[in-house]
Amino acid sequence: MADSLKDPELPGAGDATEGDAPAGGSAAPSGTKKAAKRAAKAAKAAKNDVAVPALGFWGMIRWAWTQLTTMKTALFLLLLLAVAAVPGSLFPQRSQSPEKVVQYIKDNPFWGNVLDKAQFFDVFTSAWFSAIYLLLFISLVGCVMPRTKQHWQASRRPPARTPARFNRLPESGALELPVDAPSDEEVIKRLEKVLKSRRYRVQAREAHGRVGASVGAERGYSREWGNLLFHYSLVGVLVSVAVGGMFGYSGQRILIEGEGFTNTLVAYDQFSPGNRFNAETLAPFSVQLNKFSIEFNRQERTDGKYGTPVDYTADVTVKDSPDAGARTETIKVNHPLRVDGADVYLVGNGYAPVITVKDSEGKVAFQGPVVAVPQNGTYMSLMVLKVPDTSTGEQLAFQGFLLPTTLYNADGSAYSADPDSNNPTLQLNSFYGDLGLDDGTPQNVYVLDTSKLKELNNRKLDVGGIVLGNTEKSHTYELPDGKGSISFDGLKRYVGIEIHRDPGKAWVGTFAVLAVLGLAISLFVPRRRVWFKLADNASGTERGGRTIEYGLLARGEDPRLAAEAKALRDILKKEFPGLTQVEVTSTITTTQRTLRD
Amino acid sequence: MGILPAIGAKEVNLELGSLSELLMLLAAMVYAVALILWALDLVRSSRTVRELEASLKAEESKQLVGVGSGAVRTRHENAEVDGQLVDDTMAYDRSAPRRGGARVAIAVMILAVAVHLVAVITRSIAAGRVPWGNMYEFMTTGAFIVAAVFLVALIFKDIRFMGVFVAGLVVVMMCAATMGFATPVQPLQPALQSPWLIIHVSLAVIASALFTLTFAMAVLQLIQSRRQKVLAAGGEDKLPWMRLVPSATSLENAAYRINALAFVLWTITVILGAVWAEAAWGRYWGWDVKEVWSFIIWVLYAGYLHARATRGWTGNRSAWLSIVGYACVIFNFTAVNIIFPGYHSYAGVS
Repeated sequence: MADSLKDPELPGAGDATEGDAPAGGSAAPSGTKKAAKRAAKAAKAAKNDVAVPALGFWGMIRWAWTQLTTMKTALFLLLLLAVAAVPGSLFPQRSQSPEKVVQYIKDNPFWGNVLDKAQFFDVFTSAWFSAIYLLLFISLVGCVMPRTKQHWQASRRPPARTPARFNRLPESGALELPVDAPSDEEVIKRLEKVLKSRRYRVQAREAHGRVGASVGAERGYSREWGNLLFHYSLVGVLVSVAVGGMFGYSGQRILIEGEGFTNTLVAYDQFSPGNRFNAETLAPFSVQLNKFSIEFNRQERTDGKYGTPVDYTADVTVKDSPDAGARTETIKVNHPLRVDGADVYLVGNGYAPVITVKDSEGKVAFQGPVVAVPQNGTYMSLMVLKVPDTSTGEQLAFQGFLLPTTLYNADGSAYSADPDSNNPTLQLNSFYGDLGLDDGTPQNVYVLDTSKLKELNNRKLDVGGIVLGNTEKSHTYELPDGKGSISFDGLKRYVGIEIHRDPGKAWVGTFAVLAVLGLAISLFVPRRRVWFKLADNASGTERGGRTIEYGLLARGEDPRLAAEAKALRDILKKEFPGLTQVEVTSTITTTQRTLRD
Repeated sequence: MGILPAIGAKEVNLELGSLSELLMLLAAMVYAVALILWALDLVRSSRTVRELEASLKAEESKQLVGVGSGAVRTRHENAEVDGQLVDDTMAYDRSAPRRGGARVAIAVMILAVAVHLVAVITRSIAAGRVPWGNMYEFMTTGAFIVAAVFLVALIFKDIRFMGVFVAGLVVVMMCAATMGFATPVQPLQPALQSPWLIIHVSLAVIASALFTLTFAMAVLQLIQSRRQKVLAAGGEDKLPWMRLVPSATSLENAAYRINALAFVLWTITVILGAVWAEAAWGRYWGWDVKEVWSFIIWVLYAGYLHARATRGWTGNRSAWLSIVGYACVIFNFTAVNIIFPGYHSYAGVS
């Protein structure tokens, strides 16, 4: 793409011998630069001389546009874009880990706020990053559109005019026809055929002036089409990403084994819609988690990887709509559930102990699984349970750890030795008092504010902490002072699922594929010009005295031009038996030599 | 990714894994020997240069005497600096004297690659999957590809001038892998158990290997261009061994072609990475640290390709772009894997 971008049909393309650089000739930038200089001069003149009409508003716009669409500007913007992306990896980003951003600002109050004001925590949506890529894309469009027109015209024009002299071309030479060779017309016809068979666009020309009858040919127009396709596809990718973000949504939800989820706004724990999101696009599917299982690495001597997960499987029942039939599916890490335009991913998991709390009157105040948040690889999990609805009005709260495989240190402290639930216990402290839930302020369910609560159980207190196991004796605990009881009835697993809908996704993919296709074409399809010319051999030997002169020119990068010249020579020798090579010039040898000398 | 099977054995073969690690060390040692031989060849190059010059002169006088009709012989001459001993096509000069040191170095390198190949294969069998699941494997397999590509390329082109660079690089990679990132064979974490691991990572390895080659060429190009300037100004040739290296322009041309290919591969790597990310993490692009740096690399090499069509940006400047781009490739591979927390922290280094 690059070498030919900003390398449109050169001015005076017909006369290729006039400084047509074989690789990456940058005629356009200089051309546009000249125009820009002219405009700048005009602007200066306007300042000095009142009589001359000023450059004016449109003149300025035109000047700015010319500047923006030069290759130098595009290159500058590209490099700037690379530099601007760096802070996105150095500072925590809100889009990924908002909690880290909060922590960063807390730790560095001054610089944190300065960086926040400068949008360093939202680099990829920041004004400056957006400005760079939008300018880049405007520059790109401004460059590519005129080139499309130019190339469209060029691809309908006949191949370039035959140059008067071939010896300034990178590949040229002369081949002498034998005496019994056919007539000029016949030779030209056969040369045309040879070039056509090598997929050149061909035009035969009659002799005029000093130039004999000739054939002009060009191939590889698709190189520029590929280049244009690549750049348009990039615009397509950008637009698709934007559209997908506008109309799509993503949300999260925790599902405990046995629980179901229906795709409605209220069912989400967390929901972030695009700014053009319409709630009617929520497909009415439902998902129920039947079972979630983890397979752990049970092989010793695997470098600390013992007990790490090697497989997650969620068995779910899916219904496309409330009336549709149910079907069972599995969700795995690399295997999301695709249902009706939305995708369901497995993003987290943990244990949810099933707990029953009874109040002082023996009535059930809470019953069900409680989501515990894993703290490390052994699934030692933090659990918070708030019980506001007791019949006595005195609210209860529990906080502590779930240990899936409980072992005890010499000092009596418990720890979890394995992520599997071989010996699960709950190690809890308990509180009573006012939870502060009644005034309607939303609270984080995973955090307990104990400042206004009275301690009931704690390891440090005489009554000790609560330890609940899964044996008959240990699974229930009577709270001190007859405040009730808590029992550990079982252990379930839960999963965190993420639901996404991105209507732009397929388009992003399509344009990305087109971009690669265009890129490959623009880099690997060579664009070449070939001319054949008949000439009377000046040295006038006893043989026919007619020669076929040939010249080749690459437009853009073409490492195989010399090979193409050789291939053409070989074909001609087969086409015209008795043909002798009298002259060959190649960039590879850098020396011209006449073999008959 | 749909219903394609997960890859990677849940149980690994530890005995075979240990054997592979031994073979890796052995290969590293043989590469080190090859590096010493390449270095010796370079040191002896002043003698080689003289021999080559003499033979070229003889060749030239022979050519002047007469050439068989039809057979056009190419003379090895450099357009920019007289007496450059590798021409722009980097084809072998059949008449050149044998570089004994280089020949032995190549032979030793072939031995190292053979041992290395067995090590990579045994590692792969032991892990029950492709051998690029963590940094150790990425580096050892990457080093193997660099060395193998170099040896295969030697069949077609005389790029012996790069021998000391390639061997040096491979030794560095093998040392970093076996000492810095040593990781016994282990089962794959669930996020990596995808067929995309095979294609996404292998393309990344190949693209990185090509960027490595062009990095070496860019460094040589800068040295050569400086030397050419000194020579053009009538200065003294302080680096006679650089006569074994092609001219700055032909290095630039060759590097450009390789970079163009590597850029296409890198583009595909990034796109397939996005496809995989979509399946594994629920989004095709999320500006994860690895994604940020892959994007930076993509943009830098896009800039490099555009630079060639920009007046004032060819030559040394584009070489610098290539070097900066490669520095980012290395950063993306090392620092991003180890230091930054992110989805791509697959180093396996604890």
